[in-house]
Amino acid sequence: MSDELKKLVVAVTGLNAIDSPGPGVAVIRALRDGFSQNIRIIGLSYETLEPGIYLHDIVDKTYQIPYPAAGAEALISRLKYIHEKENIAVIIPNFDAELYNFIKLAPTLRSIGIETFLPSFEQFDARDKINLYHFGKKYDLLVPKDKIIYQVNELHACAEELGYPLVVKGKFYDAIIAYTLEQAQKAFYKLSAKWGFPIIVQQFITGTEINIAVLGDGKGNAVSVVPMRKLYITDKGKAWAGITLEDDTLIELAQTFVKSTHWKGGCELEIMRTADGKPFIMEVNPRFPAWIYLTAAAGQNQPAALVKMALGENIEPYSEYEVGKIFIRYSWDHITDVSEFQKISAFGEL
Amino acid sequence: MNLRKNVATSESGFIFNPSTGDSFSANPLAAEILIQLKQGISHSEIKKTILNKYEVDFSQLERDWDDFLLQLRDANLLDT
Repeated sequence: MSDELKKLVVAVTGLNAIDSPGPGVAVIRALRDGFSQNIRIIGLSYETLEPGIYLHDIVDKTYQIPYPAAGAEALISRLKYIHEKENIAVIIPNFDAELYNFIKLAPTLRSIGIETFLPSFEQFDARDKINLYHFGKKYDLLVPKDKIIYQVNELHACAEELGYPLVVKGKFYDAIIAYTLEQAQKAFYKLSAKWGFPIIVQQFITGTEINIAVLGDGKGNAVSVVPMRKLYITDKGKAWAGITLEDDTLIELAQTFVKSTHWKGGCELEIMRTADGKPFIMEVNPRFPAWIYLTAAAGQNQPAALVKMALGENIEPYSEYEVGKIFIRYSWDHITDVSEFQKISAFGEL
Repeated sequence: MNLRKNVATSESGFIFNPSTGDSFSANPLAAEILIQLKQGISHSEIKKTILNKYEVDFSQLERDWDDFLLQLRDANLLDT
């Protein structure tokens, strides 16, 4: 058996390292740090211009997979084809929208020899932004008040209860701060046209934006918790630079979250810490964030730990990480040839 | 009122609060004071050193000292 065949094969999605980046490239970078030469990375892409496809020192080979809307059957069919060629050991999906299919397929994937390390449907649904308020109430976590609405005339009652400004949020993405009823109505129409219903109207919380990368073992233990404060935020609200923090209240918050939910896999808690120090959970993203490489750089390699747990290893919770570690994202014009683009476009493989 | 234990200071005047991620630049005298605070030297000792070293009268120093502590408190660098 050649060395190439002996390598641990991990398939990763989210190769869109663009201005609002998917986490795939950062996850792979962490895996390469964690497993050195003993890993082969298979990229799973949706679109032909996802930068990770063309970064051959990052991704060994990429296969296109069907969009989530095509359903679980189309996905498993494609994954079986890829698995026959690559003998995948673990898959790490990195998009919210694809998780439903991957969670559904997890038992089938295991039956053919592919491991995943994902939350259950219950965990996945409970932290959905539509259910966030009830989620916070249930587990005694600080979350902003919200109202789930389907009609524009419900906004008035929302404003009566939540006051202005309030935040109008789309079902999947986007949030608009509204200072008047007119602005709220405009936001309602814009977001419902783009993302459908319902619309979430949320209490406006102001403060410092902090994100926490968390890895849960599915048994109630937080294997790794790394809080990061955004130092530079893009117009899309993404962290372009961030720094690891030392703050026991944030660590305890994440541990409480994992203990309460028995979260399995990676996730990101989006926190707004108010001036009086209260940490509100604004969102729970059910997968690694795009800044996940910072966890590896700070001494807690979450993607590598996830792969080991997926393969059945017992990982002791990390207790230390480097505080004051900074990431600064940058853009880079990667040059490739049209022949590469042609291969992925025509054959769905590169 | 003491400087938070985990606040990092340097002779160059760079201050880093690892709880918040905030960083600040201090002028040379403020940097000198911060290092002494970090070493656990009492406020009165530090003030005595300043009075001996610089041309400043006691009442001016007291005013500036209070103002300095307020700035440190606003910057979340003091123990609550």
